[in-house]
Amino acid sequence: MFAFMLATRLSGGAMWIRENWETSQINPAGFADFTNPSRLIRCITQNQTETLAVAEEALRSGAVSLVIMQLSQPVGLTEGRRLQLAARDGDATGLAIIPEGMGSNAVETRWRCTPVFDPQTGAEDSTLQRWELIKNKSGTLDVWHVRWDKASRRFFVVPPPRK
Amino acid sequence: MFDGIKRRVVSLWFPRLASERVLRQRPIDGPFALTFKQNNANRIYCLNQAAAQQGLHPGMPYADARAFCPNLQSRTAEPEQDFRFLRALCRWATRYCPWVGTEGADGLVMDVAGSTHLFGGEPPMLADMRMHLMRAGLSVQIGCADTRGAAWALAHYDEGIAPSGDMLAALKYLPVAGLRIDEDMSIALQRLGLRSIGDLANAARAPLTRRFGPGLLLRLDQALGAQPEQISPDADPPHYAVRITLPEPIGLLADVMAGTERLLSKLCAKLKAQEMGARKLCLTLRRVDQDQQLVELRLARPLRDPKRILSLFERGLSEIDAGFGIDQLRLEATQVDAVPIQQISHVSDGREDRLDDLISRLGTRIGLENIHRFLPADSHIPERSFIIAPAAYSEPAAGWSSLNPRPLILFPPEPISASGSRPPARFRWRRMPLTTGRATGPERIAPEWWLGDENWRSGLRDYWRVETREGRRLWLFYTPQNPGWFVQGEFA
Repeated sequence: MFAFMLATRLSGGAMWIRENWETSQINPAGFADFTNPSRLIRCITQNQTETLAVAEEALRSGAVSLVIMQLSQPVGLTEGRRLQLAARDGDATGLAIIPEGMGSNAVETRWRCTPVFDPQTGAEDSTLQRWELIKNKSGTLDVWHVRWDKASRRFFVVPPPRK
Repeated sequence: MFDGIKRRVVSLWFPRLASERVLRQRPIDGPFALTFKQNNANRIYCLNQAAAQQGLHPGMPYADARAFCPNLQSRTAEPEQDFRFLRALCRWATRYCPWVGTEGADGLVMDVAGSTHLFGGEPPMLADMRMHLMRAGLSVQIGCADTRGAAWALAHYDEGIAPSGDMLAALKYLPVAGLRIDEDMSIALQRLGLRSIGDLANAARAPLTRRFGPGLLLRLDQALGAQPEQISPDADPPHYAVRITLPEPIGLLADVMAGTERLLSKLCAKLKAQEMGARKLCLTLRRVDQDQQLVELRLARPLRDPKRILSLFERGLSEIDAGFGIDQLRLEATQVDAVPIQQISHVSDGREDRLDDLISRLGTRIGLENIHRFLPADSHIPERSFIIAPAAYSEPAAGWSSLNPRPLILFPPEPISASGSRPPARFRWRRMPLTTGRATGPERIAPEWWLGDENWRSGLRDYWRVETREGRRLWLFYTPQNPGWFVQGEFA
């Protein structure tokens, strides 16, 4: 969700990299509301090393403005730093989807996104999310509650639901 | 008075071309035949001398041939390969004269006027041809005459050289089938009593045209020289390969890149002249110790811009082992696509090119077939509402629309334990206990009966969008015909 909202904000194309054993896949009919599926390219790799290599290449080229990689193992400092340098060269954003607690120290920011049940709104626009910024090299940490608006194709920051 | 050079035409007929091509590669003693499948029956396509002596003939059923000749060895015919072999012979024949064309599937025709003296006249030239072809293991029949038709007739029915001038004298006693007419026509002519070309030439022309159409007399006139006939040497298809041989071996990456650049500029000029673009390139580096290193490059779109291709070669070249040095580079475009010349306009930007280059570069690492693009498809079935196409061979398409919300992530259906047609109030999914907060639905999707999909054997599905109190929004479905609950996707 966070990835697709990010893709909405960035104008260029996006690339989604995942490993071949993964059975779940992104559904273009589902994210068509967020970003145009024709702008997205999907790469399937053999292992995490390949994923990182492909991500580095894609970030450095500048042909896509967002690179999303699905990782399953922790990323070392060297790899993280290399990705960062590549992203700076190519003026692109890299986003790694990682399992809980496997973040690298090299990253610029780390977010935790969880969907939140929202009893107030109707069923149609129940897209409430809790975005936590849990690591930020150049600022403070914070928590937002956001909601996606389908009609205007934007997300809004909303107050947290009352308990 | 000088009346120009008389045309002289040589016609070569290889009666056993297909079988001899195979036998050249693997000699076999004894009867041998090539078979091909026609109307569900194997028939003999071409055979060697030993098989012909046993009484076999082309076109006879293979089963009969086996009965006549139990020790017959056979192989399937490959007409495509035969044609390529004939093209090779065509190239070889240009050593006698520059004007060589193919004649049917098993013959060559060459206009040797003006080049016979180089071989010491016609008989030595034909003897030279015969010797070379015999050494290559090919049986040949050669005819030489003033016209193409007459040379053909001589090659097929009476080998030899017709003296220049009167063609009728040379062809007089040959059967009418020597006029390149079909079998029905030649049988019909024989029934009329016109057995030889001499008979036909003496017959009245008007009734013949009425009876057989203008084709017969055209062939006769062509053979006798009253009607002109061209020999068209077909040009070889363009060959997209260039090579460079170096006096001293090189080993540095920069040097190899410079060599490749030189090859590329030559190759791309060739591609541009033909309005083609390379899809697949293969660079062969021959080392001093006769070892070869291959660098293959597959491009995301046909290209003929040397600068762009060169930068894509960088990765492949950096991985090769130069050993004691490389002394020959050969670059071949193994697959080409048409790239028509286009008007450059101010609206196009470099964005697309950069993406294509990126796909090519990634393709060398993970394979072009692993880079995909989503294309919309017209189906209600969620798994088939999109097509995954290789990005290198497809264009992005628009037209994404969905009436009902669809999950962001799809996975193969995962069963949960629940019963009843309403979503369960509590369930466990992936070891998480979940409580239903709100359920929206059902949306009934029927299987596409015209496609037998294993996964949809359980029949209709009622899809529910379930928001759990824990936060996750799941896409559940219930199969009323085979009661059961499954989770198939997750919403944002």
